[in-house]
Amino acid sequence: MTVANPLPNIQPLKPLSLDELEAPPLTLSKMAWLKFRRHKMALVGVGILVLMILYCTLGGLVFSEKFANYNDTGIALQPPSSVHPFGTDVIGRDILARTIYGGQISLLIGLIAVMLETTLGIIIGAVSGYFGGLVDSLLMRFTEAILIVPQIFLLLVMAKFFAGNIPNLTILGREFSGSVVVIIAIIGLTSWPYLARIVRAEFLTLKESEFVLAARATGSSTFDIIFRHILPNSIAPIVVSATLGVANAITLEAYISFLGLGVRPPTATWGNMLEGAYNYIDKAYWLWLFPGLLILLIVLSINFVGDGLRDALDPRSRTI
Amino acid sequence: MFLISILLFVMLQNMGDPLATMGGRSVTRREDRERLARQFGFDKPILVQYVYWLVGNDWTKVDINGDGIAETPGIRKGVLRGDFGTSLVTRQPAMQLILSRLPNTLLLMLVSELVVVLGALFIGVYSALKQYSFFDNLITTLSFIGYSMPIFFLALGAMYIFAVNFKRWGLPYLPTVGMFDPQAGQTPGQLLWHLILPVTVISVNSFSGYSRYIRSTMLEALNQDYIRTARAKGLPRRETVFIHALKNASLPIVTIVGLDLPFLLGGALVTERIFAWPGMGRLFIDHVSRGDTPVVMGIMMLIAVAVVVFQILTDVVYAWLDPRIRYN
Repeated sequence: MTVANPLPNIQPLKPLSLDELEAPPLTLSKMAWLKFRRHKMALVGVGILVLMILYCTLGGLVFSEKFANYNDTGIALQPPSSVHPFGTDVIGRDILARTIYGGQISLLIGLIAVMLETTLGIIIGAVSGYFGGLVDSLLMRFTEAILIVPQIFLLLVMAKFFAGNIPNLTILGREFSGSVVVIIAIIGLTSWPYLARIVRAEFLTLKESEFVLAARATGSSTFDIIFRHILPNSIAPIVVSATLGVANAITLEAYISFLGLGVRPPTATWGNMLEGAYNYIDKAYWLWLFPGLLILLIVLSINFVGDGLRDALDPRSRTI
Repeated sequence: MFLISILLFVMLQNMGDPLATMGGRSVTRREDRERLARQFGFDKPILVQYVYWLVGNDWTKVDINGDGIAETPGIRKGVLRGDFGTSLVTRQPAMQLILSRLPNTLLLMLVSELVVVLGALFIGVYSALKQYSFFDNLITTLSFIGYSMPIFFLALGAMYIFAVNFKRWGLPYLPTVGMFDPQAGQTPGQLLWHLILPVTVISVNSFSGYSRYIRSTMLEALNQDYIRTARAKGLPRRETVFIHALKNASLPIVTIVGLDLPFLLGGALVTERIFAWPGMGRLFIDHVSRGDTPVVMGIMMLIAVAVVVFQILTDVVYAWLDPRIRYN
């Protein structure tokens, strides 16, 4: 007796060829790219980011830094014109050139501060999560102590604390205000608690898994277990958090520079170009429009990329 | 708490010479400087200064006239007994200075929080009900932009459009600085009028986070079995959404509001600065840049205490609202 096929429309599965069966498993980065590609806004974000980086680097070839810091009070506060497309600032510097060099510094601050933040966060989170016990509770109390005061308050106090007479630095033939280093350091030093908590949570679950037991059984050192076995497995949330951290660092730099405790002139950043712009709100819109727009664009595009990365790498965690 | 207070104290001690900012030009003579340093205890080692700040120095004697013998009883009571010291800039008690600014900040921030929560509830519920509609997508995009928007850019933009250009076009324009118009006097109407811009700016920034959050908790609640049951027994849609779903969806919102509230005390530093709002955020900036330890420490400690208290309160309220949670 034959039973009628209840779902006649479904074709029987084609047998897989040997090649397809043995296709190499996708690596994490390939899988992530496949998912990331589907996230349209994230691709737009990457596009804007690339354009911004080109703007900041290629623009440096068009205008010299001397030109960006050159001031002529005779042409102060000029509206955008063909000579100065973005206008000139309070003491007659060209705003277009300054946004280019300011962008370099802002991006630099964002990237290096995040590197510092990530290093600190990983080390503290890893040690705390892996060893547990007294070390864990001490480190976590310390983390909470930092988290308890809003970051911007902490930053202002630290900016004031480290702001003595900082000499200008000359790196690669360019002169930087030493306050750039200070700002990078304080942003890095105050942002790690969130990351440390994420890393700690990952380590707490992963250290109980079988592959760690296996690694321990084969006699791997503690250092190896932490950095070569557990850390690569918890990389997804770290990458996401670091990406979003760049946007955060750029915004924070802009805030403290805006409040007058950040990077000192002559070095331009997008933040300190805005300082004092509100005094000229009714006279010169170009003072705040262009740097502010650039900050908005870069933060927005980094946030889009971060969101795409989160969907691609770490679909479980989904905040706003 | 102790840890952060020690950390901050050590840093603040090194924030430059507080005596230099004191009294303008009058404190230049060397003996005066020494006398003042003794009076404020700056000549002591940092650990002693910290103990004096924490528990006061009225149990011991300090040397005021500089002959090496401690003879005058101290008068400071210490933070643990509610004495935050005297502001080095204005010579007023630090606490009095802070408390005089507190109502302004609270007014600004509570109004903003209220606007944010009510607006976010409305938008969040609406976009959860119309998931993936044009409106929902629009809100998602807008909230991403609002979330990424630096406050100062928004504030300057709003000022430029609503104050500068409205004035130019002869429309009624919004005021940009302060709480009152000096000519119109301190009337509630004036206050409201001055509140509009700062509140809008603060709201746009935190609005996006809240509305996204409410949207996702609301979506989760709408997919629960009890909603289907409520629908199945024929309750009107309005009732299921607003009574059954929203009630359960708003539980997690209590948590974020509770955790956000203490940070409102600090106020929005940047917003207060731009709109010249005389609140705690501006007090903080003014006194940080002048190295005024007692006031800065006072503000920081106030926020830190508020954070701890509100965390405990949130836990308690949460357990009270949600009977599923039990604390042992």
